Amino acid sequence: MIDRKQPPPIVDAVNFNLQLKPYQSYTLRNGVPVYAVNAGAEEVMQLEWVFFAGNSQEEQNLVAATTNFLLRNGTNTKTAFQLNEYFEYYGAYVNRACYNETATISMHCLSKHVGELLPVVKEMITESTMPSEELAIYQQNMKQRLKVSLKKSDFVAGRLIDTYLYGEKHPYGKYSCAEDFDALERDQLLQYYNQYYTQGKLMLFVAGKLPENINLLLDEHFGDLPNNPVEVKEHQIVLAQEKKYRVTNDINGVQGSIRIARTFPNRHHPDFLKVQVLNALFGGFFGSRLMSNIREDKGYTYGIHSYLHNHIQHSAWMVSTEAGKDVAEATVTEVYKEMKLLREELVDEEELLLVRNYLMGSILGDLDGPFQIIGRWKNIILNNMSENYFYDAIHTIKTISAEELKGLAEKYLIPEDFYELIVV
Amino acid sequence: MIQFERFTLSNGLRVIVHQDLSTPLAVMNIMYDVGARDEDPKQTGFAHLFEHLMFGGSVNIEDYDEPLQMAGGENNAYTTNDLTNYYISLPAENLETAFWLESDRMLSLAFGDKSLETQRKVVCEEFKEHYLTKPYGDVWHKMRELSYKVHPYRWMTIGKELSHIEDAKLEDVKNFFFKHYRPVNAVLVVAGNVTTEKVKALAEKWFGDIPSGEKYVRNLPQEPEQTEARRMEIHADVPLDAFYKTWHMGSRLEQRYYITDLLTDILSGGGSSRLYQALVKEQQLFSNIECHHFGSTENGLVAVEGKLVKGVKIEDAEKAVMAELEKIKTRLVSEQELQKVKNKTESMIAFEDMSVMSRANSLAYYENLGDAAWMNEELQKYAAVTVEDIRNEAGRIFREENSNTIYYLAKGN
Repeated sequence: MIDRKQPPPIVDAVNFNLQLKPYQSYTLRNGVPVYAVNAGAEEVMQLEWVFFAGNSQEEQNLVAATTNFLLRNGTNTKTAFQLNEYFEYYGAYVNRACYNETATISMHCLSKHVGELLPVVKEMITESTMPSEELAIYQQNMKQRLKVSLKKSDFVAGRLIDTYLYGEKHPYGKYSCAEDFDALERDQLLQYYNQYYTQGKLMLFVAGKLPENINLLLDEHFGDLPNNPVEVKEHQIVLAQEKKYRVTNDINGVQGSIRIARTFPNRHHPDFLKVQVLNALFGGFFGSRLMSNIREDKGYTYGIHSYLHNHIQHSAWMVSTEAGKDVAEATVTEVYKEMKLLREELVDEEELLLVRNYLMGSILGDLDGPFQIIGRWKNIILNNMSENYFYDAIHTIKTISAEELKGLAEKYLIPEDFYELIVV
Repeated sequence: MIQFERFTLSNGLRVIVHQDLSTPLAVMNIMYDVGARDEDPKQTGFAHLFEHLMFGGSVNIEDYDEPLQMAGGENNAYTTNDLTNYYISLPAENLETAFWLESDRMLSLAFGDKSLETQRKVVCEEFKEHYLTKPYGDVWHKMRELSYKVHPYRWMTIGKELSHIEDAKLEDVKNFFFKHYRPVNAVLVVAGNVTTEKVKALAEKWFGDIPSGEKYVRNLPQEPEQTEARRMEIHADVPLDAFYKTWHMGSRLEQRYYITDLLTDILSGGGSSRLYQALVKEQQLFSNIECHHFGSTENGLVAVEGKLVKGVKIEDAEKAVMAELEKIKTRLVSEQELQKVKNKTESMIAFEDMSVMSRANSLAYYENLGDAAWMNEELQKYAAVTVEDIRNEAGRIFREENSNTIYYLAKGN
C-alpha cells in the first residue's frame, strides 16, 4: 500500500536554472531594429510592428486610439472589407492595439503565407485613407459600447481609480466620453497617421518558425520607411487630494467593485523586482494572503488580486476585487488587516519557499513557446531595461529574505498612502 | 499530426500519453464525463459547485493548492453543460506531485462542512459577478429556457437560480461525487516532457487501486423537434435594444457539426463576414453582430445576437438579419468564400496546437467524446464540406418554426 499522506519528493523550482532564449537582432536599411526569436514546432509565426504612436503623443483625447483602429479600414487600393477578406483568406489574424507610449499592428499567420501578407500590411502603414464613413460608423458604435460599459461597476471603478493615481489629463489616467468621440475629425487622424506611422519611428518583433528569407522580406517591405526619431512626450502626474471614495453607479447593484491602490515607481527603481515578490505573497496568486483570507476563508468574493501596473513611466500598486454589496466594507477592512500582518510579522520560511517556487514555476510555464519568449523580450526592450533584467528577477525571487519583505511592507503597505474606492 | 499512446487501467481509467520533449513542462488533464446536463432539475449548478469543492481538500491531503504551488505548478478547472475538466501544468521533474494530488481527490474528497459553506458563497458571488450585475447578463438563462423545453441544456452551468446553490447539502455532494467522479467515468491525459513507461508506472501506482465505480449511463430526455416559432420580450434597464435569436442544430458527432461551424464563420467570423459587412457596415442597423454556435455534444443551438443602433426598430433589424440568412439558404456561397473560412480554421487549429496544455485538453475532449484519434481527423472533416452542404444546412437550420427570438428592449424606448 502506498502512503497517500506522504507527498512525493519534489525538486524545488527555486533550484531551476531558467534561461530566456536570446533574441537575434539586426536593422533594416533605414535603421529599423528587428528582434527575432526563431523557435517552435508548428509552422506559425507572429509579427508585431511597434510605432511610438500611443496616446501620450495625442493632443486631443482618442486621436491615437482611433487612428490605430482605422488602420485596417481602408487604403488607397482596398476598402475595409477587401483588406479583411485578403487577410482572412490566408487565415491571418491582423490586429491593432493602442497603448500609452506605443501603438501596434500585429499579425499571426501560417509561416507559408507571410510573403503574400506583408505587402498589404505595408499598405496599412503607408496608404491608409481613414475614410469618413468608417470614422462615422466607429464613432457611433464606440459611443454605444461605452454606454453599455458605463453600466458596469468594474468598468467605472477602473476609470476612476486611474484618475486618482495619475490625474485626468495624464495618459495613464484620462478616459473617454461620448463628446470625445464626437469631436474626432478625419483630418486630425490623417495628420497623426502621417506623423507617427508613415513618417514615424518603428520597431519590429517577430517570432515563431521563421522562413529563411524573413530578413530579406522585412527589408524589402519595411526598409524604405522614413523611420524618423520620435520623442515620447512626458506628462505631469496630478494626484487626487481625497483618498477615500464611495460611488453609486447602479442603485440595484448587488456587488461592489473595490479598488485600493497607491502610486509606485517604475521598473527602474531598485525596489521594483523585490516588491513583485511581496506582491505575490500579498495578492499575486491563488495561494496569496488576500485570496486565502477573503475568498477561501470568508467567501466574500469570486476572486481578489493585487498587481503592479505595467506602465513605462510610473507604476501603481493595486488591489482589485468584486465583492458582495453587504460584505464590501468588510473586504476593505480585511485588505488592510493583511497589510498590517505583512508589516508586523516576518513571513515564515515555508510560505516564502512556496511563493518562490510558485513564481519560478510560473515563469517556467510562461516560457512555453516563441510568442511568450518574444513577449518577455519586448517588455524588457520597450521599458529600456538591461538584458540581464530576466536574470535579476530570478535572482531576486531566489534570494530575497523575510526581513527584506517586511521592510518593504513597512515602506509601501501603509494604509494612508492608498486610494480606496468602492463602486456599487 | 498529434502522436499519442493509450492504455486502460484495470479499474477502467483511460490514460493517454502525449510526449513533447521540447518543453520543460508536464501537463496533467483529467476530464470527467459529467456536466450541467446531468443535474437534477431541482439541483442545478451542482456540477459547477462541485468543481469548486474539488479544491477543498481530499481524503488524505488537507490542502490541494499549496503542495502544487510548492512544486512550481499551476492548475485550474472548468465546467460546461457537457463535461468537467481539471488541469495542471508543472515542471516535468515534479510530475509525481500531480499524480499524488489528482489520484487522492479521485479516491475521495474530504467533504468538509466549512469548504461547502465557503464555496457556496464564492459561487453565489460568481453568479452575481457574471450574470446579475452585467447588463443583459440574464439573457442566456432566458434563451436556454425558451429554446429547450425538455432537455437539461435548458439551464446554464452556473445554475438556474441562486437558491439551488444556497440549499446544497453535504449528502447531495457525496452522492454526486461517488456517482460521477469514478475512474470508469474519467479520461487522464499526461503530456509534455514525459515517457509512456513512466506514466504507466505512476498511473498504476497512484490510480490503480481506486475502486472502478459504476459506468454512468446517460439517459437524458430528448428535446422534441420544435414546430413553432417562440418569441419573448424583455424590458430592462439597459442602454440599448438588443436582438437574440437561436435555432436548433445537429450534435457534435455528426458531419453536420463541421458544416455548421463553417456556416457560422461565413456569417460572422471576422471583418469580411456577411452579417458584419451587411448589417454593421452597409445598413448600419447594428453596432455589433455575432453568429456562433454552442459547440454542445448533443443537439445544440446556433445563435445570432447583436445590439441595435439607437433609433433602429427591432422589427426592421430582425428583417434584415433574416434577409441575409435567406441569401445563404438559397444561393451558393462562392468556392473562395468557403476556402477562406477553411483556411482560417486551419490556422486557428495550428495556433491552438502550439500549447502543450491545449493539446492535452483536446486529446481528453475527443477521447471523452469517443476516440482521441478524432483530434487528427478534424481538418479532413472541415475540408470535406462543400458549398452545397453550406446551402443545405443553412436551409435545414434557419427555419422560422425552428427558432427562438428574444427582443431585449431598453426601458423607456
